[in-house]
Amino acid sequence: MSLSAKDKLAVKTFFGKVAPKVEDIGREALARTLFVYPQTKTYFSHWADLSPSSPQVKKHGLTVLNGVLSAVELIDDLKGGLLTLSELHAFMLRVDPANFKIINHNLLVVFAMMFPDDFTPEVHVSVDKFLAQVSLALAEKYR
Amino acid sequence: MVEWTEFERATIQDIFTNMNYDVVGPQSLARCLIVYPWTQRYFGKFGVLYNAAAIMGNPMIAAHGKVVLRGLEEAAKNMDNIKATYADLSVLHSEKLHVDPDNFRLLGDCLTVVVAAQLGAAFTPEAQAAFQKFLAVAISSLQRQYH
Repeated sequence: MSLSAKDKLAVKTFFGKVAPKVEDIGREALARTLFVYPQTKTYFSHWADLSPSSPQVKKHGLTVLNGVLSAVELIDDLKGGLLTLSELHAFMLRVDPANFKIINHNLLVVFAMMFPDDFTPEVHVSVDKFLAQVSLALAEKYR
Repeated sequence: MVEWTEFERATIQDIFTNMNYDVVGPQSLARCLIVYPWTQRYFGKFGVLYNAAAIMGNPMIAAHGKVVLRGLEEAAKNMDNIKATYADLSVLHSEKLHVDPDNFRLLGDCLTVVVAAQLGAAFTPEAQAAFQKFLAVAISSLQRQYH
């Protein structure tokens, strides 16, 4: 399910709207991941506060969504461009790749909430495909 | 037996009482057919599904989206007995419609996205958790009679 030219354009256009709100969206998506899927909290046992209002959740949500935004720039070669990030996730963080689907889902939910008119079904399918490709690239070095 | 908190019950009742069935039903089913095009396999007799615009404007899809959402409303009205409420529907989906149960999850995800777009900030993380738990129970009940 690789990205067509139409997908890439839709992704670049939509994430252009996401970029100015990267802090809010990142925080919301991560907060929902931790709250709605409590098993994901196991990766953050070293944080004092895992609630949606936590400063650590805010900071890390921004880190994660900035990562996704950087992937938009690398959309023509995700595997190559995300190699270092993949090594980080594979060897250091060792996040089970099943969790990538979870955060992707919550990103889609927050996009729908914040951009009800822009997040049309056509944009939705292109963004979903893109996030799936990012997840695959991130999982590249796992084994 | 599923345990529901007071908050979860109230949230589900709230969402379904205030639901705009004429918008959310059609939009959710159309979105599912667009975002996960292989789900179109079950709609061979529903007219033109050629592209997103055709799907969004298709009156048969719109009508069926409302049917599906009213089906979920039944579960919302019988939260303590969704399994029994859905027994016949489960047999229908398995024996007559031959729907791969994975599709229930795909439609559920699209419904979540449409409800999120409708409710905006009111779709808090707590509301999302309650709604997704409800959908998971409905989906599990719909799968129960498959063999």
